[in-house]
Amino acid sequence: MSRMHRHRLNAARLRPVIQLLAAAVCNGYAAGLAKGHLYSGRGKLLCLPVLNCYSCPAALGSCPVGALQTVAAGGRHRISFYALGILLLCGTLFGRLLCGFACPFGFLQDLLARIPLRKRNIPRKADRMLRYLKYAVLFFLVLLLPAVIRDDYGLGKPWFCKYLCPAGTLEAGIPHLLADPRLRALTGMLFSWKLTVLAALLLAAVRIPRCFCRYLCPLGAFYALCSRFSVHQITVQPDACSACGACASACPMGIDPAKGVNGAECIRCGKCKAACHTGAIR
Amino acid sequence: MIKNRKAGIGMKRNLMRMAGLTAGAVLIVLGIVRGEPAEIWEKAVRVCLECIGIG
Repeated sequence: MSRMHRHRLNAARLRPVIQLLAAAVCNGYAAGLAKGHLYSGRGKLLCLPVLNCYSCPAALGSCPVGALQTVAAGGRHRISFYALGILLLCGTLFGRLLCGFACPFGFLQDLLARIPLRKRNIPRKADRMLRYLKYAVLFFLVLLLPAVIRDDYGLGKPWFCKYLCPAGTLEAGIPHLLADPRLRALTGMLFSWKLTVLAALLLAAVRIPRCFCRYLCPLGAFYALCSRFSVHQITVQPDACSACGACASACPMGIDPAKGVNGAECIRCGKCKAACHTGAIR
Repeated sequence: MIKNRKAGIGMKRNLMRMAGLTAGAVLIVLGIVRGEPAEIWEKAVRVCLECIGIG
């Protein structure tokens, strides 16, 4: 085994450690978990560039998707320049590398994908259509509906958080219900729906790796738009490629890196690099 | 010819990066001036029942 191949394997092995560290940094408020209250320090002035619910008792920062909806629903402004700016800055620097290395919900899906069950191949045409769903989620549920549909007081709703976000149910909904018996009396159809969505996505992640990231994540959709020009890129050397298909088999996002990396779907996890025996992917 | 095309793509990409970084920084400053971090902080320090599917 060449030294370069060994180095790439080590980098791929290091990724779960980085993901674990990132999840711990995003959710490092242990006192919140123990006492069941939220962190209220200055850290929450900052939007973390990953999908991590700010109502989670352990969260140390704010969720950018939640922030976009909060400002749009608040009535003073239609769009959050602040959250959008942070996303644009991070997207331009890293693209979807953040999905592959820093997102706690992505990490959870990666862990579920390790369960040794046969992975399911979605038919190419359906897969291509479904991947557009995340852009619709970003545009309608995160940007448009919270700003446009308002109640009698002029306030909107956080449509994505309320009806879809599985990270919010897992990181905030369930812990708060476990910690506070009074909240359990308030649960109804909506919470049942959100639990169903969470369960469906987690079960799907076992057979379809990163299924939420592929099809539904609005943050992934935003970073996907920045991925083509982001500073962090992966290069494929066509001359060195033997077209063995090992990279495509290793890709958790179901793309063929040999036909073009750095597109909207590549999360820069580096599994293709580790799988490549000729060193064509760098 | 291929070399020229690659250089063109690289230049376009660099321009997009510069535009992305500049626009991102400008938007963050505008957001801070409009008081958005405080608005987000207020929401983030209280449990949002609506956000987690309870309210």
